[in-house]
Amino acid sequence: MADLRELYQDVILEHSKAPRNYRELASANHKAEGFNPLCGDHFTIYLSLDGDSIRDIAFQGSGCAISKASASMMTQSLKGKTRAEAAKIFGQFHDMVTGHASSESDQAGLGKLTVFSGVSEFPARVKCATLAWHTLQAAIEGKQEAISTE
Amino acid sequence: MSTATKKKLAQARPAQARPVRLHFDVEKIREDFPILRQKIRGKPLVYLDNAATSQKPQVVINAITRFYERDNANIHRGVHFLSEHATEEHEAARADVQQFLNATHSKEILFVRGATEAVNLVAQTFGRAHVGSGDEVLITGMEHHSNIVPWQLLCEEKGARLRVAPISDQGELLLDEFSALLGPRTRIAAITHVSNALGTVNPVRRMIELAHERNVPVLVDGAQAVPHIKVDVQALDCDFYAFSGHKVYGPTGIGVLYGKCALLEAMPPYQSGGDMISSVTFEKTIFNKLPYKFEAGTPNISGAIGLGAAIRYLNGLGIDNVAAHEHELLYHAAAAVSAVPGVRLVGTAKDKAGVLSFVMEDVHPHDVGTILDQEGIAIRTGHHCSQPVMQRFNIPATARASFALYNTREEVDALVSGIRKVREVFA
Repeated sequence: MADLRELYQDVILEHSKAPRNYRELASANHKAEGFNPLCGDHFTIYLSLDGDSIRDIAFQGSGCAISKASASMMTQSLKGKTRAEAAKIFGQFHDMVTGHASSESDQAGLGKLTVFSGVSEFPARVKCATLAWHTLQAAIEGKQEAISTE
Repeated sequence: MSTATKKKLAQARPAQARPVRLHFDVEKIREDFPILRQKIRGKPLVYLDNAATSQKPQVVINAITRFYERDNANIHRGVHFLSEHATEEHEAARADVQQFLNATHSKEILFVRGATEAVNLVAQTFGRAHVGSGDEVLITGMEHHSNIVPWQLLCEEKGARLRVAPISDQGELLLDEFSALLGPRTRIAAITHVSNALGTVNPVRRMIELAHERNVPVLVDGAQAVPHIKVDVQALDCDFYAFSGHKVYGPTGIGVLYGKCALLEAMPPYQSGGDMISSVTFEKTIFNKLPYKFEAGTPNISGAIGLGAAIRYLNGLGIDNVAAHEHELLYHAAAAVSAVPGVRLVGTAKDKAGVLSFVMEDVHPHDVGTILDQEGIAIRTGHHCSQPVMQRFNIPATARASFALYNTREEVDALVSGIRKVREVFA
């Protein structure tokens, strides 16, 4: 159970039950769909970009607790950030969940997102934690095709 | 094969002579499966992902090892001792499959990579020859992707139409609808014997009868059926029957397509190359006789031999005994799992085999799978390569426990307490 609690931290469970920014964004000027074909997770990320900065961000879809909480907390942490800042946070987040973060300073700037550090002990769940982020990247880059974790 | 060789082979096959057990001693049987002895995350392995692939008994592992240690040579071509011996072993495995399915001739048994390749073979040969523009291919609403996509591709290529017989809320085929969809343009029906996502056993015999009344040939996908049900292709009167070796205690990479002799004779070849020819000149090639016409290239020799060993092992236990044991497990599991608050079974057909699919209120199946894995319990979560089934029930995925002859009531109980733990974590 100890390991499980590392993965399913209360914050994660809470976000998965009551996801933030869970809506269609009327003002969105960027949008992308992401799938995890193995488990059927499916999210749409809506983005309102004002020049270089993320004015608003929201999401909809279905998935496991990890993927939903990750999407929810991503929207919270990226609102108001520039594209470069968002890319940097994603880089740090990715390193953390794949177990590649080598020091505390690598995680500086992740803030509450560090609750996902337990994912690195569950390699099969890395795709769940990063689905929303990959989808966001596709939305920013304006890719038309749905992105897939496979 | 010479009479002397047949005799020798018969002597080398003790499994056939094993008496049918009156009591199904599952603890004794578990000793035959070395993989089950291990612990996962400090807990005894509870392997309930048998619909994905089954574990292998020692006799199968030994048969493969022995082939490479003692018998390895290419088949159907050597004049030397080893090649002849390997050929005999390979063809003896074909005879094992023939008896297993009760086919009339061993030449009706084609070795392929698995059920997927078997369906593709029929779609690409029989299908391309008989399905034309405006024609129809009939499948059911509970097919695995491997019995959907090959037909979809064929229909796209030919301008034909894929028709789908719907299923009920319990996951049972609507037989009247199936019957009504068998029309004058239906060129083939491809139906699953047992649903991998729901566990439903289809009334295939009746379905085949209905199809034959309209002169429609039928392919049966038996991947989930052969481990649980005695299959008799003559009694079913199916035109094609496909299954995978690895789901029935054999190795991966080997499977079987049964086809009625007359149909196979008339079909064009699938892949071409060595072994499937009688003579080749640059002007013309004469194809080999059945079954070799459909077996181009060096086949999976050790795989076929391993499958033969698996079939003899299953015969030794008695498929009826296995079926009775699994039936009891499945119904015990269905009752116990559905009694957990917030759990709903998906697929509640009257006649089921091997599979228990379920969803939990407010918990995604993937999270169920991770938590059970921490308890050493292996299940499958996801859409099980049956996305249309998930769409039918309006769910993204299910958690699926699937049973084999070596599973026990204690393992079912472990599953149930694991599911209760899921509730605790998500409380």
